[in-house]
Amino acid sequence: MTVARIDARFAKLKAENKAAFVSYIMAGDPDLETSFNVLKGLSETGSDIIELGFPFSDPMAEGPIIQLAAERSLKAGTKIAQVFALASRFREIDADTPLILMGYMNPVENMGYPAFAKACADHGIDGVIVVDCPPEEADGLTDALDAADVALIRLITPTSDEKRLKTLVKRTKGFVYYVSVAGVTGVKEADAQSIAGAVKRVQDAAQLPVVVGFGIKTPERAAEVARIADGAVVGSVLVDALAKSLPGNSPIETKVLETAGILAQAVHNARN
Amino acid sequence: MSTETPVQTNRYNLPDAKGRFGDFGGLYVPETLMPLVLELGEAWEVAKNDEAFWAEYHSLLKHFVGRPSPLYFAERLTDYYGGAKIYFKREELNHTGAHKINNCIGQILLAKRMGRTRIIAETGAGQHGVASATVCAKFDLPCTVYMGALDVERQKPNVFRMNLLGTTVVPVTNGNGTLKDAMNEALRDWVTNVHDTYYMIGTAAGMHPYPEMVRDFQTVIGKETKQQILELEGRLPDAVIAAVGGGSNAIGLFHPFIDDESVRIVGVEAAGHGLDVYNGHAASLNGGRPGVLHGNRTYLLQDDDGQILEGHSISAGLDYPGIGPEHAHLFATGRAKYVYTTDKEALDAFQLTSKLEGIIPALESSHAIARVGELAQDVGKGGIVVLNLSGRGDKDIFTVASAIGQTMSGM
Repeated sequence: MTVARIDARFAKLKAENKAAFVSYIMAGDPDLETSFNVLKGLSETGSDIIELGFPFSDPMAEGPIIQLAAERSLKAGTKIAQVFALASRFREIDADTPLILMGYMNPVENMGYPAFAKACADHGIDGVIVVDCPPEEADGLTDALDAADVALIRLITPTSDEKRLKTLVKRTKGFVYYVSVAGVTGVKEADAQSIAGAVKRVQDAAQLPVVVGFGIKTPERAAEVARIADGAVVGSVLVDALAKSLPGNSPIETKVLETAGILAQAVHNARN
Repeated sequence: MSTETPVQTNRYNLPDAKGRFGDFGGLYVPETLMPLVLELGEAWEVAKNDEAFWAEYHSLLKHFVGRPSPLYFAERLTDYYGGAKIYFKREELNHTGAHKINNCIGQILLAKRMGRTRIIAETGAGQHGVASATVCAKFDLPCTVYMGALDVERQKPNVFRMNLLGTTVVPVTNGNGTLKDAMNEALRDWVTNVHDTYYMIGTAAGMHPYPEMVRDFQTVIGKETKQQILELEGRLPDAVIAAVGGGSNAIGLFHPFIDDESVRIVGVEAAGHGLDVYNGHAASLNGGRPGVLHGNRTYLLQDDDGQILEGHSISAGLDYPGIGPEHAHLFATGRAKYVYTTDKEALDAFQLTSKLEGIIPALESSHAIARVGELAQDVGKGGIVVLNLSGRGDKDIFTVASAIGQTMSGM
């Protein structure tokens, strides 16, 4: 499966004239059992693709919400092997929803590229986003992921000009992630007007579906993005909903899944 | 002094075009920053080959910083150890009290050339923060300095200095509140303010071209040393020694001597509570292994899962879990040797130098001083050792007073 699982999901959505709802959670936040419940729930409440963050001690492109999620996960003792085990557990109950690992370079370097790529393939991970690995440094990792049939998914940003775009789309598979604001995750709102043109440029260059993320906080904005891109990514809002449920008595995942469900519906109905 | 030459290269002539020093260095940054970093690399390529750029740099070093800094024979320390002659390269006499200003002068000129209107920086001990604040005041650019909350606490005089100079100091509470966390926060600022902001990195680490650029601004230390020792002694030293955190003062001294094979090169890492104490030191080379952090591949303090450790050193300027990639390369190739000094040994050296030489050294530099006796003895009488006295210790008196107090009450 792997890359094919991503392609199949976008083909199905295209046939239905729907944009993809892409959700993000941090593995092990606040513990792995909750993460499993959230993953299961996300797939049931309309997530078409799930990005699973693996924690890093120094997440330099994250805003405070996801920084804190990584801190909670590490404090709970989450290891990368457990993140892979979590992915396997999810695969047992869902064979179709693409799972994308998202994180930073050092834990990947620490495992070694071939071992990391193999673990992805063995545990049903379909794609990988490594935030601090630009194309200039990605050859070794891309070779290993290609060999394991796992997609290396690139972030493209408002600072990427035409020349840079050509570099960025090389050796990319599955889809491309357009980061709609220059900044850290979850802080600034994206401006839908400026996104539309950028999405078109990236689609033309990559010949792949383009999902848009960073700064999507409301169903209205998610729907707007769904009308101009192939998918909308929501992360910080979900992670924040989880964080706010931590002190409560109800299951931690209730609020996250409720939020995800509303956003998923907004994305799926946007083109009607 | 004939310092008007373009940047010096040596036999290994690194980094390569990809910013690599052998297996180390490179450019590991989020995509939002890539165009900026590449643009910076291009601007640096032009500037470093432009004599007018260097003329302005050297003029400022002479008239604003007060260079050249003296090379001083530390006679009583030499007698104390009874080995080779020990010379101090007096970087602590520079304006702002440390070597950091050499780099800031170069980078502010580059930032001006690039049309940037806002400067950000990270700082540990506050020396780079003060130097950044100083050049920003002089060149009338707004400056924001990120500083770990713990460091704000232990380096209060420097925080006050930065404020006086018109800089905004932002305390960073993430992590342990030290240099690593300050650097994360500076990078987040840069990612968010890409359009107008120049990131003035304070050490020869981080993503290409910073390790090369900061080194080239700091090699003024080694070039002057070479000329001065030839004037004073008529020959090259037998060894050069400097403390290493990120490693800018050390690479500045070392680099011009790399091709001189007779010169031993010794870096001194911060061993904090001891190398055998887990997460209790900041010795990335002696107690870490290669990984990727803050834009470059280098030796890092990390756990089995690749998570970065906070580390520890009594010296805020050395309290960093990584090291510049050129040091990683010199370590891997064996051209330089890296030894280490504990907090306690650094405190002893701090006091010894104050009493014997009438110079209060920075805690950072005290780490090098703690190892210079052995080196001088090893080189032997008739030999010459040059130590980089990279900064003055006034900023550290509260930390030292408190540490000595604790020691005394425990006796």
